Amino acid sequence: MKEIQYYGAGFPYRPLNEVPGKLIVLEGTDGVGRSTQVQMLRQWLEEEGYAVSDTGLRRGQLCGPGLDAAKQGHTLGPRTLSLFYATDFSDRLENQILPALKAGFIVLSDRYFYSIIARDVVRGADPLWARNVYGFALVPNLTLYLRADVPTLISRIVHGRGFNYWEAGMDIRCADNLYDSFCVYQSKLIEQFDRMASEYNFVTIDATHSVQSINDDLCRNIRALFAREKV
Amino acid sequence: MLRPGSYKGKLIVVEGIDGSGKSTQIDLLYKWLQSQGKSVYFTEWNSSDLVKSTTRLGKQEKMFTPTTFSLLQATDFSDRWENYMLPMLRAGVIVLADRYAFTAFARDVARGVDPVWVRNLYSFATQPDLTLYFQVPLDIAVERITGARAKIKYYEAGMDLGLSDNKVTSFRLFQQRIINEYENMVPEFGLTLMDGTLPILDLQKRMRTIVKKALHGWVGLSNPLAPVRRPAAKHQATAVKEVEEGEKA
Repeated sequence: MKEIQYYGAGFPYRPLNEVPGKLIVLEGTDGVGRSTQVQMLRQWLEEEGYAVSDTGLRRGQLCGPGLDAAKQGHTLGPRTLSLFYATDFSDRLENQILPALKAGFIVLSDRYFYSIIARDVVRGADPLWARNVYGFALVPNLTLYLRADVPTLISRIVHGRGFNYWEAGMDIRCADNLYDSFCVYQSKLIEQFDRMASEYNFVTIDATHSVQSINDDLCRNIRALFAREKV
Repeated sequence: MLRPGSYKGKLIVVEGIDGSGKSTQIDLLYKWLQSQGKSVYFTEWNSSDLVKSTTRLGKQEKMFTPTTFSLLQATDFSDRWENYMLPMLRAGVIVLADRYAFTAFARDVARGVDPVWVRNLYSFATQPDLTLYFQVPLDIAVERITGARAKIKYYEAGMDLGLSDNKVTSFRLFQQRIINEYENMVPEFGLTLMDGTLPILDLQKRMRTIVKKALHGWVGLSNPLAPVRRPAAKHQATAVKEVEEGEKA
């Protein structure tokens, strides 16, 4: 077991030195195939005998309903939305992720606060302020960054769930139509993720390949982590 | 210190523990400023519609941790800040706030969150033109709360901290921690001390003197709906005037 590390002060009222579980994060922009990969990884890990818990953004019990309502047209400023997401993130971290890690689970997180920061900064938030908000966040054992270029994302979206308002960044009107706005918005997000890759030690995975080859790549990295940390 | 504001308006804040009398005083101040024909906007802690349902859920189900509680209140504040307080200040309005970021700095730290972290959360807010901190001994606050209100609420009493199984005991321990944080903030943020044990009328008179001084020579946004001295407002003004004259005599 390794000592738990936080990006800042963590939760000072909840001292926690070490946990047996591992936190593995999958990051990347919309349409990069994260949820498919999380599903496949979960199945693989369980077959290997590991107990797995998965968690995503905007699924917390406390803020889930409120966040959904807030996004239905309320004139929500970027900073306010950012803080609301941070509340939800902290709720899931304290009430889902930490208990699972304590119980020895492998936690697969579909996105982490990096996504929220990327979204906020693209919308004009102060990058330093946004990072400091997440001083309570746990440093993951491994962050796998699925990176694909905009053309790849477009073909996935077109042959998948289709374009939508938020994923196209239409709330900040990057262009006058959904398609062009999507292109501009996603390339801005990629820029932010690339910047964070070295700052937060992401392992960058080329996500332009086939689903199976991406999955092989992810498994290889997770096996390496387990070998390193003797899981 | 918070950053200085760049706007025409004036931001006046009251702070203090529950039962310190600040809400009563700011309400009287609000009515007085209105009767003076000023453009005034009043806002109170944790009142944004945006997070209301989440707050209710969290309180009912006792789901809050110190961090989520702190973040949700910051969300509420941010919503009020960008939709009401800041636009009003830029327009040249006197904004009266019943509790401000200092409430978070006192309460959240009393709950165990990191003081530097919570100060960063609110770093977008500006330093008020005037922050009146209502000091009151714990015994008086407890007496006022238990006497006047039906019940001390769970989070108000800091029951989530497990300080005591008894609500009143827990309330006392929690409020004392909050007082300690406020006292540390007096020099840090230049809070103006108000003696919360004084009779309501005397305290209001002092408050008006301080506010009058802070507004001296300042011209804000005009109020086209300014009352031409309504009888109801007159009653209040007369009462204060009598005290003023009584003190002179």
